[in-house]
Amino acid sequence: MYDGGKIITGVIIGLVLMTFPIWYTSGRAAKKPDIKLPVKEKQCVEPKDYMRKKHMQLLDLWRDSVVRVAQRSYVAFNGAKYDMSLQNTCISADCHAKKTEFCDECHNYTGVVPTCWDCHIEPKEEPKEKPEEKH
Amino acid sequence: MNAIASLILSGGAISMLVAIPFLAVWALPYVYGIHLEWLFGIVIPYVAVIIFFVGIVYRVVQWAKCPVPFRIPSTCAQQKSLPWIKYGYAEKLDNPISTAGVVGRMILEVLCFRSLFRNTRMEFGTDIKYKSAKWLWLAAIVFHYSFLIVLIRHLRFFTEPMPFFVPIIEKVDGFFQFFLPVVYQSGPLLGAALTFLLLRRLLDPKMRYISLPADYFPLFLILTIAGTGILMRYVLKADVVSIKELTMGLVSFRPVIPEGISVLFYIHLFLVSVLFAYFPFSKLMHMAGVFLSPTRNLSNNTRIVRHINPWNPTVKLHTYEAYEDDFREKMIGAGLPVEKQAASPADKE
Amino acid sequence: MAKIPESWNVPTPEGLTKEVDHGPLSLGLEKGWMRTPVEIKPGMHCYAALPKRSVALDMPYPRDWSAMDEDWKLPRNWREIVLEGFKDRLDRFRTFKLFMDICVRCGACADKCHYFIGSGDPKNMPVLRAELLRSVYRKHFTTAGKLLGPIAGARDLTLDVLKEWWYYLYQCSECRRCSVFCPYGIDTAEITIIGRELTNLLGLNIDWIAAPIDFCYRTGNHMGIQPHAYVDMIDFFVDEIENYTGVRVEPSFNRKGAEILFITPSGDVFGDPGTYTAMGYLVLFHELGLDVTWSTYASEGGNFGLFTSNEVMKRLNSKMYAEAKRLGVKWILGGECGHMWRVVNQYMGTMNLDIAEGSKMEEPVSPITGTKFENAKSTKMVHITEFTADLIRHNKLKLDPSRNDHLKVTFHDSCNPSRGMGLFEEPRYVIKNVCNHFYDMPASCIREQTYCCGGGSGLNAGEDMELRMRGGLPRANAVKYVHEKNGVNMLACICAIDRAVLPNLMEYFVPECDVTGIHEMVANAMILEGEKEKTVNLRGEPLPGREESE
Repeated sequence: MYDGGKIITGVIIGLVLMTFPIWYTSGRAAKKPDIKLPVKEKQCVEPKDYMRKKHMQLLDLWRDSVVRVAQRSYVAFNGAKYDMSLQNTCISADCHAKKTEFCDECHNYTGVVPTCWDCHIEPKEEPKEKPEEKH
Repeated sequence: MNAIASLILSGGAISMLVAIPFLAVWALPYVYGIHLEWLFGIVIPYVAVIIFFVGIVYRVVQWAKCPVPFRIPSTCAQQKSLPWIKYGYAEKLDNPISTAGVVGRMILEVLCFRSLFRNTRMEFGTDIKYKSAKWLWLAAIVFHYSFLIVLIRHLRFFTEPMPFFVPIIEKVDGFFQFFLPVVYQSGPLLGAALTFLLLRRLLDPKMRYISLPADYFPLFLILTIAGTGILMRYVLKADVVSIKELTMGLVSFRPVIPEGISVLFYIHLFLVSVLFAYFPFSKLMHMAGVFLSPTRNLSNNTRIVRHINPWNPTVKLHTYEAYEDDFREKMIGAGLPVEKQAASPADKE
Repeated sequence: MAKIPESWNVPTPEGLTKEVDHGPLSLGLEKGWMRTPVEIKPGMHCYAALPKRSVALDMPYPRDWSAMDEDWKLPRNWREIVLEGFKDRLDRFRTFKLFMDICVRCGACADKCHYFIGSGDPKNMPVLRAELLRSVYRKHFTTAGKLLGPIAGARDLTLDVLKEWWYYLYQCSECRRCSVFCPYGIDTAEITIIGRELTNLLGLNIDWIAAPIDFCYRTGNHMGIQPHAYVDMIDFFVDEIENYTGVRVEPSFNRKGAEILFITPSGDVFGDPGTYTAMGYLVLFHELGLDVTWSTYASEGGNFGLFTSNEVMKRLNSKMYAEAKRLGVKWILGGECGHMWRVVNQYMGTMNLDIAEGSKMEEPVSPITGTKFENAKSTKMVHITEFTADLIRHNKLKLDPSRNDHLKVTFHDSCNPSRGMGLFEEPRYVIKNVCNHFYDMPASCIREQTYCCGGGSGLNAGEDMELRMRGGLPRANAVKYVHEKNGVNMLACICAIDRAVLPNLMEYFVPECDVTGIHEMVANAMILEGEKEKTVNLRGEPLPGREESE
């Protein structure tokens, strides 16, 4: 007895499961995040590389500082002072105007669900471009 | 090879495996201006994955080419016999007689490690005692399932958009919502289970005696992979957007090396590649082998249906006729019936 | 404590137990097992096969040799023979190939082996016993092993390694207890079976196996009993039965046209206490008026070919179907035997069913109850406890279990019917119906977790008493437990090797406990048609409370 048929079936099932990402992607180039950078403001509160990797920790610090110590002023790396506020400082007309065009781009891409909006009310954005438009 | 030599060997191997990408990606550009990210980010992962799949299929085919000459399931419960003798679910699963029973037994074995669940520990003294010993089972279950969850979570780097189950798994895995980024339980659990398995190997004299470098090496390798992953997520922080660009490039066969990926990531990826390439040549093949084990995947129905051995040998038999020839007179003397009467003394020459 | 015969050459039970060490704390400084050469100890192995045993079966390289000698007189190309044999078996047995490949050395099996428990010898851990072969497999049949050598756990096949193989392959009783706990079902018995096939390629069998297979091939049974002597033995039982019960039973031999052929291990015909079990069968068949015949040609249920090679097993087993066909019986009834039932259940149909083609055999039906034994539809062989349990269930036996009231019985599940068949309830059902005091041993040493008697798979010789006592230690310990707790004084079993081995083991560890087959107790409990007032059992021992009142 060999049970060749059963083994081949098993191998194929195994291969299909384990190569899931390949056939799921099927050679399509993935859409890279396309974040809209501020037009006016050229410098964030910390350098770009720091912000790319550690913005969540900075925001966490801000939250603790504001909510627990009532300290709202942040001295940036270059000495400039900022109000520690997600919705007034970060997401503001001069900086990152729209959450959907900035935050969500990368978060959706990498599957990150930030807890910011558990408390903050999401800013309303009039849909200029159709939001459901997918690349 | 004693335990210390095994540890030194496999520990040394891991150190080298960490050093290679570290030096190549981090030091070479400084010293010689050579950039080898493409080797560690593209070539080696592809080669490793090819070895992984081809190797596994090759090994399974090698096993499949051997026949199963005899049907020898380990019968771990009452057989199906007389209709009034209890043959319930437990018996159907531990001593199956039908395909459904075998499938059930295999599911329990593969998904729940049923045999390991039986484990006992002997205590030797004037009386020999047996205690239930589920720690090995628990560590094995925690290790394998944590690893599986970690793998599924990693799909967020290999799919775009993510399939529905990935966020669900992430949500469950990060259920306790502490620390930022949220700690996934599977990470520390994986580490804890591996540490338990390692300590068990080191502290139990029996285990230490039977262990080979090939037992320590995968433990160290997976521990280091988990360690670098945890470092990247919680401490040293990686640029996940760039990393996903690289990984998506790999799965869509349009490889790219984006800027800004730290050396830690290349170490992580290199160790994973080593694990993939090592897999088909190692004991890790138990992943596929467990399905093929004839003591578990066959039903105990040999008295009901004949099992066919493709090489059933033709052998010389000692026939009744030859036997009677040897003992005919004695048989007649004892009043036993015979097929041929005794030759008269005259014929006997 | 009973006196242990000096010829056994074993320490006292306490001394033997005290010596055992299951792994000292050594900080990992001990030498690895690969670099620890085997030390062949007397009392822990069986004598080598005599050259004359090889003649009838054409076994290769017959010669005088001894395991204690430096020179084993191997053929000059022994290494090629073994490696070729190894490769050949890797291609023929998926079990062997798979079990060489997938062990992760989790150690779940380590403390499950009775020989390890009783000896503390680390190479008796099932995992390491298999590693002895695996290390050679890696060296000669895997790339990693060829390249990396000891780092990959590989080593060359040297004379020392061969000796080590031999020593530990003949210290495994193929009981399969370890396989129950293995997460991948790795069966050390399978590895031992194939390992022993390899030793047989070099003429390295033990006499305790080689003699029975030689006898069995020529005379039909392991004991080498010739047909007239076989009949004599049974005639003697007939007289004894008449003595003790007043009933004269009339067995028939080699009778054509009988409905059922009865085959039991020849140990039951030749050695106490198996003989009493044989008397039990005779009484049962007579009382039922069963149309059954014994055979002198197929006068062996056991099959030491299982411990030699699958070819020899097939050659010896073929007699069962050949005789059933010649006599024109409808089905075969098999007696109480351990490895016989592993062979019947898992090998016989596969090996030899074509011999039965064209015979009058059909699906077994009990002529007394009409029960169809559907689970033996293909093989057409029924276990006697299945048969008797069915009789009792249908009230076909007049039983007076109080005749066994002096017995407090426990049951030793024999390895092979347990883990190679799953025969657990039938014997218990029979026992509980023929005696009033039954106590099972703790769950960790019965049923699928049962322990070997210490002498299975052809290791029940006289020269390896120490091995047998060490291997039997866990079983004896459990018997001692129920003896102390419940006053158990009788150890029942359904295996002829058990009945040969356990009496010595009990004598050594639990002298208050005796050994019996189940059908001895059945016959003792039966109220026979025309019996005289029972004052003694089949052993001729007076029954307490029923002594002759004179």
